[in-house]
Amino acid sequence: MKPISILEDRKNQVFTKGDDEFDISCGKKSLAGSVSQRACVFCGSRVVLYPITDALHLVHGPIGCASYTWDIRGALSSGPELHRMSFSTDLSGTDIIYGGEKKLEKALFELIDIYRPKAAFVYCTCIVGIIGDDVAAVCKKVEAKAGIPVLPVHSEGFKGTKKDGYKAACDALFSLIDRSREEIPEKIPLSINILGEFNIGGETWIIREYYKRMGIEVVSVMTGDSRVEDFSSSHRACLNVVQCSGSLTCLAQKMEKEYGIPFIRVSYFGIEDTSKALYDVASFFPDRPDIMEKTALLVREEVAAILPELYEIKADLKGKRAAIYVGGAFKAFSLIKALKHLGMEVVLVGSQTGNKEDYALLKDMCNPGTVILDDANPLELAKYVLEKDAHLFIGGVKEKPIAYKLGLGFCDHNHERKIPLAGFEGMKNFAREIHETVSSPVWDLVPRKCFVDVLK
Amino acid sequence: MNTAKSYTATRNACKMCTPLGAALVFHGIEGAIPLLHGSQGCSTYMRRYLISHFKEPVDIASSNFSEETAIFGGGANLKLAIENIIRQYSPGMIGIATTCLSETIGDDVPMILSGMDQGEGRTDLVHVSTPSYTGTHMDGFHHAVRAVTAYCNPLGSRIRHKPKPRKRINLFPGMLSNEDLRHLKEIFEDLDTKLILLPDYSERLEGPSWVEYHAIQKGGTPIRDIRDMSLSDASMELGALLAGLSQKGEKTAGTILKERFDIPLVSPGIPIGVKATDSFFSALEEITLKPVPEKYKRQRGRLIDAYVDGNKYVSKKKAVVYGEEDFVTAMAGFLAEIGIIPVLCASGGRSGLLKQALTQILPQNIRDQVHVHQGMDFTQMEEAAKKLSPDFAIGNSKGYTLSRNLKIPLVRTGFPIHDRVGGARILHIGYRGTQQLFDTIVNTLLGNRQDISTVGYAYM
Repeated sequence: MKPISILEDRKNQVFTKGDDEFDISCGKKSLAGSVSQRACVFCGSRVVLYPITDALHLVHGPIGCASYTWDIRGALSSGPELHRMSFSTDLSGTDIIYGGEKKLEKALFELIDIYRPKAAFVYCTCIVGIIGDDVAAVCKKVEAKAGIPVLPVHSEGFKGTKKDGYKAACDALFSLIDRSREEIPEKIPLSINILGEFNIGGETWIIREYYKRMGIEVVSVMTGDSRVEDFSSSHRACLNVVQCSGSLTCLAQKMEKEYGIPFIRVSYFGIEDTSKALYDVASFFPDRPDIMEKTALLVREEVAAILPELYEIKADLKGKRAAIYVGGAFKAFSLIKALKHLGMEVVLVGSQTGNKEDYALLKDMCNPGTVILDDANPLELAKYVLEKDAHLFIGGVKEKPIAYKLGLGFCDHNHERKIPLAGFEGMKNFAREIHETVSSPVWDLVPRKCFVDVLK
Repeated sequence: MNTAKSYTATRNACKMCTPLGAALVFHGIEGAIPLLHGSQGCSTYMRRYLISHFKEPVDIASSNFSEETAIFGGGANLKLAIENIIRQYSPGMIGIATTCLSETIGDDVPMILSGMDQGEGRTDLVHVSTPSYTGTHMDGFHHAVRAVTAYCNPLGSRIRHKPKPRKRINLFPGMLSNEDLRHLKEIFEDLDTKLILLPDYSERLEGPSWVEYHAIQKGGTPIRDIRDMSLSDASMELGALLAGLSQKGEKTAGTILKERFDIPLVSPGIPIGVKATDSFFSALEEITLKPVPEKYKRQRGRLIDAYVDGNKYVSKKKAVVYGEEDFVTAMAGFLAEIGIIPVLCASGGRSGLLKQALTQILPQNIRDQVHVHQGMDFTQMEEAAKKLSPDFAIGNSKGYTLSRNLKIPLVRTGFPIHDRVGGARILHIGYRGTQQLFDTIVNTLLGNRQDISTVGYAYM
């Protein structure tokens, strides 16, 4: 077999620490013909807004975009589950010719009448940008009659990358926050908003519980297990705590500008980062040393509860090699730290949407020889996983078959998983999952590891 | 046709968009890779959808539209994409399927491709028009099969007949499972008849683990075989609706070969159930001039014996059947054959032929108990099913919500199976496939009866 080649135009998006002058190129459109692991603008918007459980999420376009995103995400709700439905205007040929506005309007009225949502989001898909439907005007009209916020999300697939989809979602979300804002300007004491947390497998609940124990009030979560009414007092929080910085930083910036709410970036993944997140929030309230005391106690208790098992697992995983390919680079930082905690070595790390600073930081965190990739394709991922002889791949559903075909363990760290990986409890789940897959005896049978084919 | 209240919006669709079917077809051709001419998201979403069913790598390239592309046309992007794919994958064929975006801005793909070097020994560039706003994934699938067949067998390409030692048959199976495709190949081997099966993703999308990375997995219909279709003795297309379409004058792969090269075409339904499989085998006998091997007669005998043994567990039971129209028709025919009433037959497709196809396949005495709906989504289906108190549902994973809400078991068949392993290994067709379906249905009903029983006998 001929060696896998890297496309000329992608060469400056692939680096090996120590070998190359480090000047990674990123934030680019994906190269035509390269099988990018990225999705589109619509995908970015959909992931951010999806967990708002009592809103209507209507995809305006032909059926595909709604079909492929129907109930695929593990974003749990403690109440309404309207977000799990897949609504589409299902545009047909005649709609493309005569325009889809009338159909959209009728669909909105009908769905609002049946499901009584607290707000509605209308996602524009590629085609809407081309046929020129005035979605904003339709939304305005429906909002006036139906009496709930009806918000256009300008997420036409081709108008940028997934990151632009995050921005479109932030714009819509800010509009909702600003519109439903109650007329009380006073801050709620010792309060925060949690941003960029989507309650995958119940992660929001884990984190909320920590804050409760610390004596911090969570005003609203954007958007894990959220209700539209939660956002009416978002502007009264003292601090915005932003996770998954790629998706909601622009909302945090806007809220800082409009409501004077400062924000910090955190990660709830791994022992180190979860502890740091909680300590950072506690230190934001310096007049209340009791909060810091409670936080320290919480961290001590939680860490003590999981450490014995982590040590046991570490004994098995020590020295094993891992590859990481995730959507946002911020997640990769936490994963590197968490894997180090388990005694594992990271040999490949990449992201779909990292920026220059992210990659510089990744480089600093990694050992020499680690491959760093921006917007990789399956061929590149396979090439380096093989070259580095990794034991484990951490990624999403599109990376899973690459890992499995080549006989590597796999851990799903995407939004489709059903297991919470956040917080201390999540770290325990993460370690268990990795342990289960890496130590499975099936790898002894796969052809790449077992060179003798007994049947030949 | 019974009409449910029609809604403007589709709620939990029972269909996917056209390019997905086309992408799957190109994965069933040796050395071919699909390229969607549109936004990056289309490729990624469809990859994810197919990967979750097949549990295999499914690469689909994208021409990756940007705002400028949408304004100035996608020609340059498409060319660049093709060049990059050739460089990285060295494919024998690139299947270029359009999307709603490239169709609406009016990209003239054939013209763009005609400007590219397609000389001897180069990659075949096959275009299929799949605007997502027309039809469903099933239309995309059939259109891609038609496009490849037409491309590889241009008018006048037929070389003179050489004497052939054995018969050669073109078979267009429609969207079947990997195991179904393998079963078809086994049948033709047993008949000692050369089979050109298009598409055949059974090896590519279910291969062994690798020692090294394969840019394009092994397997698929060899392109040279597709070129030889014009030399075959007959063509066969599976699917009652597909047959209806070609009767209506819509071109299919089989009708194109018939028109261009006068190759006889037979179009039985998908062979699920004894009667449908009988028709399939007798059609095979006719075109191959080979008797049905003893092995299949024995399978048939065992199947009917099993029908008898299990008759009272299924008789008068009521089922919801959903999925692609051809699949629904074949499945309903099988259920009726064992005494199950397919009280609700529903599909997201809108060919206008479902009612007619079902009328032909279902016995007169149960027809008035069968509610047929085309263009139906899962929410409407659930509402309609509630009134019919069905005993179980049969179809793909997407009906799980319905079955959960109605508290009835779901027998998983068809595509996609996203919530179980082995979806691609389900055998639906032939006597052996029917046997497996029958056992699964009976055991599902027995298991359900056992589970809800207050006594819980470990004996039937």
